[in-house]
Amino acid sequence: MTQPNSVTLNVNGKALTANAAAIDTLLTVLRDQFLLTGAKRGCNQGVCGACTVLADGRPVRSCLSLAFDCDDRRIDTIEGLNDRPIMQALQRAFIAGGAFQCGFCTPAMLVASFALLQSNPHPSEAEIRRALSGNYCRCTGYKKIVEAVFDAAARLPADTAA
Amino acid sequence: MNKPLSFAVGQSAPQIEAQEKVSGSAQYIADLYRPNMLHGALLQSPHAHARIIGYDIAQAAAMPGVHAIVTGDDLQEHWRMGAFIKDEHALAKGKVRYVGEPVAAVAAETEALARAAAAAIEVTYEELPATLSPQEALSLDAAVIHEHAADYIKVFDAGTNANLCSRTSFQEGDIQRGWRESELIFEANYQTQPQAHVSLEPCGAIAEMDANGRVSLWSANQSVFRVQANVAESLGLPMSRLRCLTPKIGAGFGNKMEPHVQPIVVLLAMKAKRPVKLILTREQDFEMVRARHPFQIRMKTGVKRDGTLVAREVEVLLDGGAFGDDSPGVLGYSLLMSCGPYRIPHVHCHGRLAYTNKMRFGAFRGFGVPQVTFAGETQMDEIADALGLDPIEFRLKNLKREGDCWLGGQPIESNGVSECLEKVRAVSGWSSEPRTTRGGESRRALGVACSAHISGLLSTGAIVRLLEDGTILLNTGSVDIGQGSNTILTQICAEALRVPLELISIASPDTDGSPYNWGTTASRVTYMTGTSVIGAAAEVERKIKDQAAEILECAPEDLELVPGGLVAVKGIPQRNVSFATVSGRAHWAAGGPIIGSHSWVFNQKTVDPKRATVVGLPFPQIGAFVFNATAVDVEVDDTTGKCKVLRAWSACDVGRAINPQMVEGQIEGAFVQGLGFALFEEMVWNGAQLINPTLMDYKIPTFMEAPSELKAIIVESHDPRGPYGAKSVGEIGINSVAAAITNAVNAAIGVRVRRLPLTPPRVLEAMLGSETTAGTAQS
Repeated sequence: MTQPNSVTLNVNGKALTANAAAIDTLLTVLRDQFLLTGAKRGCNQGVCGACTVLADGRPVRSCLSLAFDCDDRRIDTIEGLNDRPIMQALQRAFIAGGAFQCGFCTPAMLVASFALLQSNPHPSEAEIRRALSGNYCRCTGYKKIVEAVFDAAARLPADTAA
Repeated sequence: MNKPLSFAVGQSAPQIEAQEKVSGSAQYIADLYRPNMLHGALLQSPHAHARIIGYDIAQAAAMPGVHAIVTGDDLQEHWRMGAFIKDEHALAKGKVRYVGEPVAAVAAETEALARAAAAAIEVTYEELPATLSPQEALSLDAAVIHEHAADYIKVFDAGTNANLCSRTSFQEGDIQRGWRESELIFEANYQTQPQAHVSLEPCGAIAEMDANGRVSLWSANQSVFRVQANVAESLGLPMSRLRCLTPKIGAGFGNKMEPHVQPIVVLLAMKAKRPVKLILTREQDFEMVRARHPFQIRMKTGVKRDGTLVAREVEVLLDGGAFGDDSPGVLGYSLLMSCGPYRIPHVHCHGRLAYTNKMRFGAFRGFGVPQVTFAGETQMDEIADALGLDPIEFRLKNLKREGDCWLGGQPIESNGVSECLEKVRAVSGWSSEPRTTRGGESRRALGVACSAHISGLLSTGAIVRLLEDGTILLNTGSVDIGQGSNTILTQICAEALRVPLELISIASPDTDGSPYNWGTTASRVTYMTGTSVIGAAAEVERKIKDQAAEILECAPEDLELVPGGLVAVKGIPQRNVSFATVSGRAHWAAGGPIIGSHSWVFNQKTVDPKRATVVGLPFPQIGAFVFNATAVDVEVDDTTGKCKVLRAWSACDVGRAINPQMVEGQIEGAFVQGLGFALFEEMVWNGAQLINPTLMDYKIPTFMEAPSELKAIIVESHDPRGPYGAKSVGEIGINSVAAAITNAVNAAIGVRVRRLPLTPPRVLEAMLGSETTAGTAQS
């Protein structure tokens, strides 16, 4: 039987168990217990978006989600999405387009962009800006990120499976 | 001289850390873990100004899992740090001087436990009167914030006196004659607000001490060497006992140049004898790192009726906060740049910096220039309007030209400012469309502004090693804070040695092994370190040729490097040897391993004493000027006063773009950070308490505020002293943004707003006529 202070999460397709307190956030468990540090703690308040991961395919702020509340959801982090074709298209476009500088917001920006292209493979500029508006970047001025997402979308074959 | 090859310099190579950054595997300070590591937490001051009577740590110390508690009692009185004035302890000692100042720290088994223990420390204070504005601080009856300021060690003639931290004055020409020769004089007061850096990564550090007492320290930083110096000074340690290293940096805009928590974390690790990690919360990062100085500026300019600038007086008053930090530098530098890139024969720029009971203000991208440029460039538009001149024509008439000197008398080696201005005029459609238009419920106008910055300051080195197999290791000690300097320096090295980028790796800065680098700050890495990379590579080239000459039995002068890691007889490329052969021989047979090194200090004097008189100059050698012009198209909502930047163009003379895509990235990023400064970013205090230290309450620009049409324009003036003609780009792009936006808003609404940020209420108030135009024009 599961101990009351442990939680088992479905992360990147694997069942992982962590010692956690009821107040521990998904972000804390991902980072400190599973050493999945691609999601970052930028504000711990759900504003900057640097902690974005997918829960059941939708972008969520892992700093606002309690780990225990996620035990029935499929969690995907940047580390688990790295081999997905849409993610690889985005990564290539981000690299070629210079869409990051310090890179601190980048994993979350890519996760949010991945979720966008999954649901809307050919977004307009306005749709990209709206979909990513909860992800802060203090380095780039955003222009090259928009261009990179646009570019990745254009290069995706119509039938690309996510 | 060989014609430069195009395969490295001038190419938009991707960041060499790109795969790490897009895969989520790049490690920043919070991503590092050490075996047996403890977590640190801080207790911060609840008072703006109070004497510390005593600490009661008994309850905190008794908590199971608490391993070390440190307070000001662990520090000696003379252990003080500071870039210009040694006025700051690692933790408050004797007194607290602002709300949020670290007073004590705890190392414990978990972060939660460390925080609980820190909260359990009882500190007895005797409250003192707080001084919250520079005016108040400089009044005769103000409570003195640093009683022994006169005795502090200072690196320049600061003129410190009571709460006056420093003062600086530049005089050139004869200002009284300037006023006499002016036909019109314009004078007004301007105010700018404190801005938070908000690098997405909060500051933090990890320290550990080995059994011999030597400390290793990883931290979010902009210079491992400044970290080493600050920790050594503030903890009384010999520098050699401290090794400073760097993980990836989640951006630094000045906030990570001087210390944040590094000395405290080292103190904890030494006391706990275990590794300690402390990452600031976002709130702490707002409250106790540093921020952009609020400026109060009086700007007075005299002109001839034909639009020729004759005289300028600038007077500034800076709130420095509780400690000197980089503030004396910001004061001096803002004055040096306060006349903009214009010919003004008679100048008097002077200012004061006050200690107050607020968090320290310090370096922030632009280093005081965005503030004085806001005043100077909006006044330029006011003058143009009064004289009936087009703002761009008026600027072009007065711009510095070939052969002109900067304020103070330093020669300008390369100057692309008029090209910047012409480029934004052309691309913005300035001359072909009316500047101001009215829509149904909005008004819209174009605005423009110019600025300048520097690229050269202090000292730097580089070491280039040819490894046994002919590959190359570059080591500069320059921390890449995210802007891509590792890539830029590798490109410069590749160009110098004519090898593909893949042949070179760049070492991570480490005070044990890297040559000194003052820091990734002041837009200096490309120009300063790039020059050292070329120098070190030249020594490697010479040694390669000496080796190859013996192998090929010819004179070294008859040899040349051939692309791809070969050295060949000039004109006979097939008579060659590889770097691998040369390096193998050097390692095992003759000559010794091939190592090239170079170091230098920027030595161009800021001031020519025959031209200018200066008091309180914090940096006697600073220069290598870059230039910019920004144009914006701004819409103002008639009903709400809300301003939106619809289109923007920023042209920067960077000398030469080593990597054009990265140059664009700097210009675009600087523009949007400047947009936040212009329109809405503002740290707000209620009395002594910062009331918006969260991202919920302090907004930075998002995808929605950044203009979709944002064009970075690269102007290349090919500086004769810069590496491959390069100067700098890190800061220049932010300097004129607020001024250009304000000029557009002023043109749109027909009223001059002289205070930032241009929030909807402030703009609306101006439109409704309740903000009077305080400027005066005298004939």
